[in-house]
Amino acid sequence: MVFMNPGRKDPTTTKSDRRGNTMKSFSRILTTAALSVALGTTALTAFAETPPNMLVIANRIDDITTLDPAESFEFAGSDVIRNVYGKLVNFDPMDLDAGYQPDLAESWEVSEDGKSITFTMREGVTFHSGNPVTAADAEYSLRRAVILNKTPAFILTQFGFTPENVAETIVADGNTLTITTDKKYATSFVLNCLTSTIGGIVDMKTVMENEVDGDMGNEWLKTNSAGSGAYKLQSWKANEAVTLVSNPDFYLGAPAMERVVVRHVQESATQRLMLERGDIDVARNLNPEDVKGIMDVEGVAIDNELRGRLMYVSLNQKHPELSKPEVRQAFKYLIDYKGMEGSFLNGQYTIHQNFLPRTYLGAVDNNPFTFDPEKAKEMLAAAGVPEGLEIEVGVREAQERIEIAQSLQNSLAAAGIKMNITVGTAKQILARYRARELDVYLGAWGPDYPDPHTNAGTFAYNPDNSDEAGATGLLAWRNAWDTDGLTEMTAAAVVEGDRDKRAEMYHEIQAKFQETSPFAIMFQKIEQTGRAESVANLNLGGAITAVSYWPVTK
Amino acid sequence: MAEKNGKGRAAPALPRWANTTLSTLGSVAVTMLGLLFVTFIIGRVMPIDPVLAVVGERASQETYDAAFEAMGLDKPLLVQFGYYLWDVLHGDFGNSLLTAHPVSEDIKRVFPATFELATLGTIFGIFFGVPLGVMAAVRRGSWIDQVARVVALVGYSMPIFWLGLMGLLVFYGILGWVGGPGRVSIFYEDMVPVVTGMILIDSALDGNWTVFKDAFSHLILPASLLGYYSLAYISRMTRSFMLEQLSAEYIITARVKGMSERAVIWRHCFRNIRVQLITVIALSYANLLEGSVLTEIIFSWPGIGSYITTALLSADMNAVLGGTVVVGLIFILLNIFCDLLYKVLDPRAR
Repeated sequence: MVFMNPGRKDPTTTKSDRRGNTMKSFSRILTTAALSVALGTTALTAFAETPPNMLVIANRIDDITTLDPAESFEFAGSDVIRNVYGKLVNFDPMDLDAGYQPDLAESWEVSEDGKSITFTMREGVTFHSGNPVTAADAEYSLRRAVILNKTPAFILTQFGFTPENVAETIVADGNTLTITTDKKYATSFVLNCLTSTIGGIVDMKTVMENEVDGDMGNEWLKTNSAGSGAYKLQSWKANEAVTLVSNPDFYLGAPAMERVVVRHVQESATQRLMLERGDIDVARNLNPEDVKGIMDVEGVAIDNELRGRLMYVSLNQKHPELSKPEVRQAFKYLIDYKGMEGSFLNGQYTIHQNFLPRTYLGAVDNNPFTFDPEKAKEMLAAAGVPEGLEIEVGVREAQERIEIAQSLQNSLAAAGIKMNITVGTAKQILARYRARELDVYLGAWGPDYPDPHTNAGTFAYNPDNSDEAGATGLLAWRNAWDTDGLTEMTAAAVVEGDRDKRAEMYHEIQAKFQETSPFAIMFQKIEQTGRAESVANLNLGGAITAVSYWPVTK
Repeated sequence: MAEKNGKGRAAPALPRWANTTLSTLGSVAVTMLGLLFVTFIIGRVMPIDPVLAVVGERASQETYDAAFEAMGLDKPLLVQFGYYLWDVLHGDFGNSLLTAHPVSEDIKRVFPATFELATLGTIFGIFFGVPLGVMAAVRRGSWIDQVARVVALVGYSMPIFWLGLMGLLVFYGILGWVGGPGRVSIFYEDMVPVVTGMILIDSALDGNWTVFKDAFSHLILPASLLGYYSLAYISRMTRSFMLEQLSAEYIITARVKGMSERAVIWRHCFRNIRVQLITVIALSYANLLEGSVLTEIIFSWPGIGSYITTALLSADMNAVLGGTVVVGLIFILLNIFCDLLYKVLDPRAR
């Protein structure tokens, strides 16, 4: 099993997902019904092959809205940017477990007070334009991301960088770049964040040549590239295709695949047909039915990718009954995890019961809760919960979430709890969730960047639980949970310099989280990818980053 | 009094053609204004949040409020509509959230794809549908009529996604007779310069017949599929119009006069259904020009139907409104075109 999880924007709210909720469930039912009849009994053999120096991928890329690394915050966009832009530090696709590694920065040093990191730039690397990659480019790129202040800017600004202070906090000097944070943070936290898409280093000269009205080239970079990565962007046609061509001067060596084409193919069934016909090398969005159908086809391999998306249920602590500790725990025993995993979620989710996705630093693979209505009943009785408690769950109109809600409704009924399901659009349900009005919320959450703080900082961090705080971005606040001391532990973990000790701190936080929190984390997302067997070394990003095309061979 | 009676110093009346043109333009303007207003209001009352689409769910309240204000959503609805109307009159539909491009540019890109598909589909529908309808009417109750009925029934009742997938499976997946999803094979992407946006025409203009053949092989299946639905509608309507004419007295007279059956059918009977048939064909064509969302999704065809649908599901309201206005405009223009054709074909309509 290949694990993957490009930590990024909440999948509950990505544009792709929003439209996908309706479109996917609708089209999936239709296509599954149609093709299961025909394809179920028809095994196609591969008819053709793509050229040996070209990688052809079918993927849903309609979530790309920009290819500017300072702005991009969607999955398909990150896939492109990872291959086009170098970063100060980056993940080695052939050894993701090693964590961040030198990329455009050859080395780095941390100051004694732990607030400054000085990067020494790698010599002899050039941008696609031929301009050399310098510390000044790195300074410009990071400052630019802060000044533009687009959606992912918080990944940098959380370290105290502001448009007003970047001249002092992000400074190039000769061949070095020094960044100075507002206080001491764990070095691993800062460097993990620099591996994100927003850490992409752009070619200052090229970008500034295309600046319009002081936009720092933002408009131009949305559809063009100015990087130093293994590939340069040839074209992006929204909802159609992205074409990349190799950079022969890539500092790690010219990629074997001279051209990479990612075509937008919405339907799983269509992707499957194209893969079987040999018109594509990789199908990124196969549903379980198509995976099952293609599994035995000669020349095709299936990779299971573990993603960062977590499916969870949370209890509003403003509710007089749901705020009782016994009820919070009882709830976790009233979910039929295995039943769902083995039926309608088959192959798409795996049981995972804590807030750090597997393969993240500090993640634990401990799933103590099982469906145990008797135990739950005892806990509810001990809490004095009246028989026939009636609650409302809010769920967005996505097929898998509605099915989970229905399963939950049945299992809660076993303990005498009546749960009414309110299905709505993102606007309707999220507005009530953000206003702390829902009794129970059922939804998904995905990490923003490949560091444990991305999830700890929202599930287990809530410095001000008052309504006036309005911290709508924090899940703990949305559920009116004061975190029972986890806020302080989370704040301590994020400044711990020792990586192993830091991981241990997250273990402790999660252990307590499992015992006390009003969150029942249920599942972690798996994505299944079909690949022509001839394609080797395709790393889709493991748990922490996006796809890498440059090591691919055929 | 003389003036009241329309005599005396009354201004000379405009020529008839000018009156007609003015009246047509007036009705187009009123219809477009109504269309813009209705789509704008629907866009504003829909249960989707364009602000969330811009700032993301995790944005703070301040960021949300700032975006809400920046998008002009704090202003009264009529004022918002006024601003929108002003921009549209200047050809500015705003930028699409999804594509980062001006909506007008996006439409220029996606509409030719739909136009190419719909036009070929309609040609297919006319080419097979009209003769089939005529033959079914002329030989009412015969096997041809039964076949035409079955063909139409299947066309009406079979879900397009199913036929599309089956078509792909059989003709692309198993037989390999046609190209797969997309407008052209991936290897030929970006090989011909974009002139009209219609890949058949662009490749022909470029003299690149390899791309032309490849594009045609990709186009033929979805176009035939849409053409089949068009055929089903056109053939049934043709049959119905023909039957009505065939029972008319002038047809009996023509036959009594000893005219050949071919002349009776094509010169007299068919001639008289042309106006009705044009309406049917225009409606069918307009429907296809709207974009067949499911066909476009199944065949990964980047047309206007999937563009509007994707935009709608992503709260990309500029794109939705721009696309809807274009579709409305297509209907209006086709209506005008039909009116003109009526006048050419039927002297009574002049």
